[in-house]
Amino acid sequence: MSRVEELVKGVLAGEKRSIAKAITIVENNQEEAQRLIALIYPHTGKAHVIGLTGPGGAGKSTLIEKMIKEYRRRGKTVGVVAVDPTSPFTGGAFLGDRIRMQELSTDEGVFIRSMATRNNPGGIAKATKDAVKILDAAGKDVIIVETVGAGQSEVEIVKVAQTIIVMHAPGLGDEIQAIKAGLMEIADIFVVNKADRENSDKAVMDIQAMLQLDEREKAWNPPIVKTVALTGEGVPQLLEKIEEHRQFLQKELLHKKSWEKAEAELIEAIRDKVTSSIIEKLKRERRFEKVLQQIVNREIDPATAAEKLLNQELE
Amino acid sequence: MQSGRKIRVLIAKPGLDSHDRGAKVVARALRDAGMEVIYTGLRQTPEQIVETALQEDVDVIGLSILSGAHMALFPRIMELLKEKGLTDVLVFAGGIIPEEDIPELKKIGIKEVFGPGTPTEKIIKYVFENAPKRA
Repeated sequence: MSRVEELVKGVLAGEKRSIAKAITIVENNQEEAQRLIALIYPHTGKAHVIGLTGPGGAGKSTLIEKMIKEYRRRGKTVGVVAVDPTSPFTGGAFLGDRIRMQELSTDEGVFIRSMATRNNPGGIAKATKDAVKILDAAGKDVIIVETVGAGQSEVEIVKVAQTIIVMHAPGLGDEIQAIKAGLMEIADIFVVNKADRENSDKAVMDIQAMLQLDEREKAWNPPIVKTVALTGEGVPQLLEKIEEHRQFLQKELLHKKSWEKAEAELIEAIRDKVTSSIIEKLKRERRFEKVLQQIVNREIDPATAAEKLLNQELE
Repeated sequence: MQSGRKIRVLIAKPGLDSHDRGAKVVARALRDAGMEVIYTGLRQTPEQIVETALQEDVDVIGLSILSGAHMALFPRIMELLKEKGLTDVLVFAGGIIPEEDIPELKKIGIKEVFGPGTPTEKIIKYVFENAPKRA
């Protein structure tokens, strides 16, 4: 058996070491990554994947800890992928989401992995979706993906998760500004955390007002759940809403959503493959450097150069 | 797509002391040197530390301790690492560790001990040079 086949066997058996090693392989995009995903793919699609996003300081990690505990109480196994940003200057990252979940690290039914964005835009890492597949194949019932502390454009999570929770908390500055544009539209459930603070009702009202402005006909109206992540208050109610959304999806949209997800992934995979194969070929034939020199000399602009190169390639 | 490894480091605080200035300074220095650093937070049991190292698939573990309990906690951590098969992980330590304990710690597999006042450059260099080269 090859190394990858052995790892896959371990992943399917739910072995933590194999899961950890498999995630490292997809994260580093090592040679075996594609084969690994190909082997586990038939075993995926069983877990319910929840995305949690919202501004830094809203309490995402703390809420996840309480969600895990509640899921465990209900007999479910849980996987977590917690994403933090990579520094664009040094390439390093400080991954601190686990601090709030450490109590659960020795629970057999829980697997937590921290992941740096490695400068992938959109709030998650390039390997996040593959890490989710690995945890799914390993038999986790629920997988929670925590995005980086989000602003308004961390919407990549829709390609990974089925239920998106957008989280906010009072006192983080201009209440609704942070979850306005992009985030507002991707939410299946809103959470207003730190609900024990006096201005939390205002945050709820702001979200309600925002939702009322949206006149599109919708089959699912995103509920707003109030929580106190520190104490766990509101977490059982949140899980009920997640379950309601899951059942709604199964009835209505799961097929459509998985179709959309498959399409997005296929397009991305084609783009990656085409790009790298063309660039490699151009480099091999030394045409890449030649054009590069022309661009540096201001003889041609990058977009025109790309078009010319591609036309030559496709002829 | 680009491929490439990053050195993943776990900075862990075993035991009951609640002072993590040093741990955070080292974590930050290693991050600024381009590594991915996972921090456990305070008051971790050996079991939690080893389980975290396993799930995060780290290359390096840095243990920080000030409480004086290192001779009780470090051997347990090294034993659990061996038990879980994490034998290729580089383990170093820092904090308040008396000179006379160092030979014993090295014997159980702690590769290096950095005392107070160690320049962070020295630790960075050490990690770069000694982190396991994995396929």
